[in-house]
Amino acid sequence: MHTNKFMRSVRLRESACQGCINCIKYCPTQAIRVHNGKAHIIDKFCIDCGRCIRYCPHHAKVPVYDPLSVINNFKYTVALPAPSLYAQYNNLTNVDIVLNALLKLGFDDVYEVSAAAELVSEASREYIREHEKEAPFISSACPSVIRLIRVKFPSLISRLLPIKAPVEVAAEIARARAMEKTGLAPEEIGIIFISPCPSKVSYAKAPLGIEKSNIDNVVAIKDVYPLLLPHMKQDESQLTPLSNSGRIGIGWSNAGGEVGGLLVDSYLAADGIVNILRVLEELEDEKLHGLTFVELSACNGGCVGGTLTVENAYIAATKTKRLIKYQPVSKNHLADNPELQNIYWADNVEYEPVFRLGNTFKESLQMMGEVEKLTARFPGLDCGSCGAPTCQTLAEDIVRGDATPNDCIYVLRSNIADLTQKIEHLSEKGSSEKPLKEEETELLHTYIRKLTTELASFGVPESLRQPGKE
Amino acid sequence: MSDQLIFTYVIDGDDFTRAGEASSSVKNKLKMIGVDSDVIRRVAIAMYEGEINMVIHANGGVITVTISDTDITMVLADSGPGIPDIDKAMQEGYSTAREEVRSLGFGAGMGLPNMKRYTDEMHIDTVLGTGTTITMKVNL
Repeated sequence: MHTNKFMRSVRLRESACQGCINCIKYCPTQAIRVHNGKAHIIDKFCIDCGRCIRYCPHHAKVPVYDPLSVINNFKYTVALPAPSLYAQYNNLTNVDIVLNALLKLGFDDVYEVSAAAELVSEASREYIREHEKEAPFISSACPSVIRLIRVKFPSLISRLLPIKAPVEVAAEIARARAMEKTGLAPEEIGIIFISPCPSKVSYAKAPLGIEKSNIDNVVAIKDVYPLLLPHMKQDESQLTPLSNSGRIGIGWSNAGGEVGGLLVDSYLAADGIVNILRVLEELEDEKLHGLTFVELSACNGGCVGGTLTVENAYIAATKTKRLIKYQPVSKNHLADNPELQNIYWADNVEYEPVFRLGNTFKESLQMMGEVEKLTARFPGLDCGSCGAPTCQTLAEDIVRGDATPNDCIYVLRSNIADLTQKIEHLSEKGSSEKPLKEEETELLHTYIRKLTTELASFGVPESLRQPGKE
Repeated sequence: MSDQLIFTYVIDGDDFTRAGEASSSVKNKLKMIGVDSDVIRRVAIAMYEGEINMVIHANGGVITVTISDTDITMVLADSGPGIPDIDKAMQEGYSTAREEVRSLGFGAGMGLPNMKRYTDEMHIDTVLGTGTTITMKVNL
């Protein structure tokens, strides 16, 4: 059995969720609803961009990742630090300080993701040269970008660069080297990524472009960062030389870093999920001409802007630039890495039509007709009170069977007004002319019951429905 | 229920920044209906070119999109100046766009040729001084 392909790394802390509508408004794929006073994430719509984590004012959306204690699960562990880890520290001039500290923290070895990034850059340059006519290509390093394209931009899937992400290449090389060095079985070796973002957590469990990832666990930069500090005070002359990556590899942590390693002139580098959505729309409509490569990062500023980092993304980007200023361009070459068997994707990424309304064209067409009719009934304020981000989304939810028109506060209000009028009419009849007939009293009771049920069912949290309860 | 769906869009004249909104909306609807992605791409490009033309030459107009289970038909109707020479207008690179429009990167003379290239059928109905109606069809 395959693992859930719509796995996500955002979790809701229900106790913290106030049922406000901030997250539903910020979600770029409209994957969140608020029902019964709590947010719900719809797995198949979520692309793991982390925007809700950033914007929830109550910190009810939290990233999922592994605790550092996972290093005790293996006989031998290799840390894969993302280059964005280096950008967290002030005045860092020597990457070996960080890498040596990782060994002191308990890892048996380190392999820099930035070293693998230089191999990916080399392979990308070759691939683009050989497939020049099929340009522009879209970078495939950010899992959220692949997920977004997979559910929303089917015609752009073929433009994704079919090359493994740097961290996957790093994991493959690190495991092969550790096996060679220790003679241990592959499962006795733990390959642990120190990540700037939770999107890589889902990636490691349900990868894209390959069947199984070589990454065993993903820990957060924000967890590792403070633990390394006490180990970074060592005399620099005593450090074991471990670092082996240049300007191109470490530069990958910033927006524009990947294209920097491609040495092409006609490129576009966009960061931030809202900006990349716009770029993808225009790419889809063939409005962007003369491009060879399109670099897209879901986070503002690139990987340094990930939700598992500590430092401000723009300060971190500046620190990266300072750190690489005097580095050689690149220190890694594919020819020197025979343990890497295949740097290309083994599997195709398939379109997942999760936003399609029905199962067949005919059914979907009919459902779309109903969506249009419902949307016309709603006020078009996109107020979010129903728990869906827009009136149109509510209409879609209703047609899919996940909501009712009365979830709209305006529709409910007019229904209530309508019922009240009927009741009033009935009771007037009772007082002025003649006493109510038995069936009229029954009708009156039916209306009142209906009115109260509708009131009770309207988005009111469970705890507030019974007056006696605390 | 009949098996077709009709959407109408009013295109605002002289606002380049908004041109493309209608084709983008149609694109999203077609995705939700599950139309083949190549068909969506062709509809979106042809309709976008048409939208731009309406803005550049005709001060806007109305686009009606009909989705049936056999094809997608787009009818673009404007009350602009009309097209004096359709054969010339269909030539790649021929444009009557004003200089200020060209300076924005439009008016490359690819609009009508692209609309024809990306659709299965195209019909132009034009009366000088009265307006133009273009009907485009993409088969499913």
